[in-house]
Amino acid sequence: MAHNVIMPQMGESVAEGTIVRWLKAVGESVDRDEPIFEITTDKVDAEIPAPEGGVLLEIKVDAGETVEVGTLVAVIGEAGESAPAPSAASSADAAPAPQEAAVEPAAGPAPAVAQSAAGQSAADLRRTKSTPVVRKIAQEHGIDIAQISGSGLDGRVTKKDILAFIDAGGASAAPAAVSSAPVAAASSGSGIQVGIPMSPVSLYGNDRIEPMSKMRRVISDRMIESKAYSAHVHTCFEIDYTRVDGLRRKYKSSYADRGGRLTFTTFLAKAVVNALGRHPIVNAAHDGENVIYRGDINLGIAVALDWGLIVPVIKSADDYSMLALSKHIADKGERARTKKLAPDEVSGLTFSITNPGVFGSQWGTPIIPQPSVAILGVGTIEKRPKVVTLADGTDTIAIKTCGYVTLGFDHRVIDGAVADQFVSDIKHTLENFDESAM
Amino acid sequence: MPSGATYIEAVREALHEELTVDDRVFLMGEDIGAYGGAFKVTDGFRDHFGEDRIIDTPIAEAGIIGAAIGAALTGLRPVVEIQFLDFLSCGFDQLTNFAAKCHYRWGAEIPIVVRGPGGGGVGGGPFHSQSIEMYFIKTPGIKVVAPSTPTDAKILLKAAIRDPNPVLFIEHKALYRQPALRETLPDKSVIGQLGRAAIRRPGDDLVIISYGAMVHKCIEAAEVLSQDGVRTRILDLRTLQPLDDEMVLAAVKECGKVLIAHEDTRTAGLAGELTSRINENVFEWLDAPVLRVTAADTPVPYNKELEKAFLPQVGDIVKTARELAAY
Repeated sequence: MAHNVIMPQMGESVAEGTIVRWLKAVGESVDRDEPIFEITTDKVDAEIPAPEGGVLLEIKVDAGETVEVGTLVAVIGEAGESAPAPSAASSADAAPAPQEAAVEPAAGPAPAVAQSAAGQSAADLRRTKSTPVVRKIAQEHGIDIAQISGSGLDGRVTKKDILAFIDAGGASAAPAAVSSAPVAAASSGSGIQVGIPMSPVSLYGNDRIEPMSKMRRVISDRMIESKAYSAHVHTCFEIDYTRVDGLRRKYKSSYADRGGRLTFTTFLAKAVVNALGRHPIVNAAHDGENVIYRGDINLGIAVALDWGLIVPVIKSADDYSMLALSKHIADKGERARTKKLAPDEVSGLTFSITNPGVFGSQWGTPIIPQPSVAILGVGTIEKRPKVVTLADGTDTIAIKTCGYVTLGFDHRVIDGAVADQFVSDIKHTLENFDESAM
Repeated sequence: MPSGATYIEAVREALHEELTVDDRVFLMGEDIGAYGGAFKVTDGFRDHFGEDRIIDTPIAEAGIIGAAIGAALTGLRPVVEIQFLDFLSCGFDQLTNFAAKCHYRWGAEIPIVVRGPGGGGVGGGPFHSQSIEMYFIKTPGIKVVAPSTPTDAKILLKAAIRDPNPVLFIEHKALYRQPALRETLPDKSVIGQLGRAAIRRPGDDLVIISYGAMVHKCIEAAEVLSQDGVRTRILDLRTLQPLDDEMVLAAVKECGKVLIAHEDTRTAGLAGELTSRINENVFEWLDAPVLRVTAADTPVPYNKELEKAFLPQVGDIVKTARELAAY
């Protein structure tokens, strides 16, 4: 009895998926639930398990191809059994995979790799050729080394760099169907109508064209979409984290002993969750006609990856103690970086936190993920001189641990006063943090 | 005082056990009997095992090794002590042209062990501090062992004595009485395996391949590197001929970056051979050029400060490893 393997639905809004690689070859036996192929979708990258045990009889969609959810991608059956005759709808006759299209070098401006090595400096060669292991991995995954930013000597792409690039879904950028034609807006394949078409970009002599990865393209579309729909306004508050910092230091090791990881983000998440409970309009969605007050507080926390970003979601975040919250944040962050998130862990957010402060940003103006109506950006936390009034009424300067937070909110739904009350609530919670909550 | 045996006590224990269990085993060397050996490895052995089995010889290395080969041909298992391995050059012909070739030429097994202290770092000067391994590693037919710990010194010496081939067993004199190395030795039934390397410290950012006393400097360097966040694997070769290709190549595959550290001089040192094997077999796994830290291409200086400059130190290993990590 043959079983069909289909492209699964990975998250509610995902319509298609790209097969990154097959983990099994035709003729190999597979166990039920054993991963047989890897996919990348708008939301996540994942390994897909076999629905039944048996022998992989046929692969109908090759690595590199993107197909709609529900498309038949393989057939599993018993050894010796033949796969059912391909139906007319089979993708077997489909256009060649993008990789194949890239085999012939495009005409036009010669890419850097075509240059002779003799005239290049050692530094140039380190950047473009890297090392044997990096080239081997690049070849296996069809990656152009030049599209990865390197952390090694002279900007060389190290083994770690390329593995991180692949982990972050970068390999799906592999098609390398680099066109030498001017880039046109329509080629983004985005469904977003911005209104004004992009002018073609003229190419200059030393330019390099890099097609957007799947993740990059999704981010691009979502950002344009949000900017187009929402009436973004930003408000910025300074928070005195001195008390929180003290509690963090005091409880850090006891949290660690219990498997938690107490950070400023834990406190921020707690304060945000509390404030969302008291200001339900901030924990809402907007569809252009209606305001939808969300029944749960699902907190998204953006995680920067080497290749883009992902926003894991902590569902019903108001159910959790500080300890549980710290564990969830650490766990989701770690699994985001190691590509282990399940699809439903990156969907359904009702409010989100982004933390550009870890890279040194003082404050930012984050874009609201649709269809939610607000996002909190956390700026860098540092020691600052502050004027404080002593008990006897005299002023003095003290060292305080401070940082800015910015709320990006949709003025269609949230008025300025409400937004400021919401952030004041967070500020008050943090500056007077209740130690009994620890 | 920490408990357990020192490196020299481990050598002594191995000899004592093998002399006890196998009547064919006997020792020959300069001053090993009445005096107990220049380093006192065999102190008291003559009284315990008798003059027939603990034999004092004239100062004539070619004669000692030649006599050992003759004894081996008659079925005995001689263990020869060379007072300082630098002096082995006097017995070079017997070892390389005769012992190493008997089995190839006539099918005759020569189960002899030539053992003694090698290496520097003790202010011994140019005639008492050299690393002599490459003269013999290059000669097919001789096994070469260079243990870095008391346990290895014991179990590998026992393995060498039981091996049917000529084995050169290089003890490191700077390790002989290092209190920090003391460890509980395995039971007399434990026999090591020649040709197997060991991982002394796990890590997968880069691997430092070494042997002998240099292993301990590499471990110290790895501790420093771990503060930079560099996880450094330390691979101790233990046997230099035959090399454990399997573990060396696996380490290169897993780490991608390789540093080879040895106390021997640079030109035609073991690092050169290892680098060639790595290039031939696992070039595609390299994430940086193979680098080496070695002694300078000069005789070993007598002056202690100069000797320190001549021998690779922890700081030298750290410096090169950092370059490699950042490559």
